[in-house]
Amino acid sequence: MINVMFFAHLKETLDCDQLQVEETKAGTVEQLRQLLSQKGEAWASSLACGSTLVAVNQAMANEQTGIKAGDEVAFFPPVTGG
Amino acid sequence: MISVQSEDFNLGDEYQALTKDNVKDGAVVTFVGLVRDFNEGSDVNGLFLEHYPGMTEKCLTDICQQANERWALGRIRVIHRVGQLDLGAQIVFVGVTSQHRLSAFEACEFIMDYLKTQAPFWKKETTSEGQHWVKAKQSDQQKADKW
Repeated sequence: MINVMFFAHLKETLDCDQLQVEETKAGTVEQLRQLLSQKGEAWASSLACGSTLVAVNQAMANEQTGIKAGDEVAFFPPVTGG
Repeated sequence: MISVQSEDFNLGDEYQALTKDNVKDGAVVTFVGLVRDFNEGSDVNGLFLEHYPGMTEKCLTDICQQANERWALGRIRVIHRVGQLDLGAQIVFVGVTSQHRLSAFEACEFIMDYLKTQAPFWKKETTSEGQHWVKAKQSDQQKADKW
């Protein structure tokens, strides 16, 4: 399984902090994003490429980054700490 | 070197830790970020800081390592608080020592610029009009891009 996490306004908009996806259904970040976008309009707009960042195993990733069983993928908005 | 915590920190204690038994460094630069009362046209009453546990620590450690590679530094200390923070509360501490002041000034600014654009923290402000997530600023990205 792939563990998918959401933070900040994504977590609130989607009313979901994490979920599991079977690794056979998404081999890259792009495929995972497409899969989750099918869950509804809020998911599609929240996860739209460009406004949302993605990390795989706690390192910044991109659409082509591969994902496999046991990986941790996180979607979140641009950061605002400091 | 780095801490992500809900507890407050003491500037005096951190200064002591940076300078104690450290006679080779002639410069100490520290920065403290606070919760201010005004942002983007609204009165701010406080804020909530969310973070991504694990990645935050990795990211801050990586930023400190980059600073160490770019400048000849002695000690580095970064503290970032999370959770509910009231008006005037301390949010972040960056302290850097080096033999000379220029390295310490630059490294401190570099760490803050990178922290603000790379470390996974998110601010949610409480204002007189309600709560909202703070939007990332283009100017912060431009500052970080300069390094």
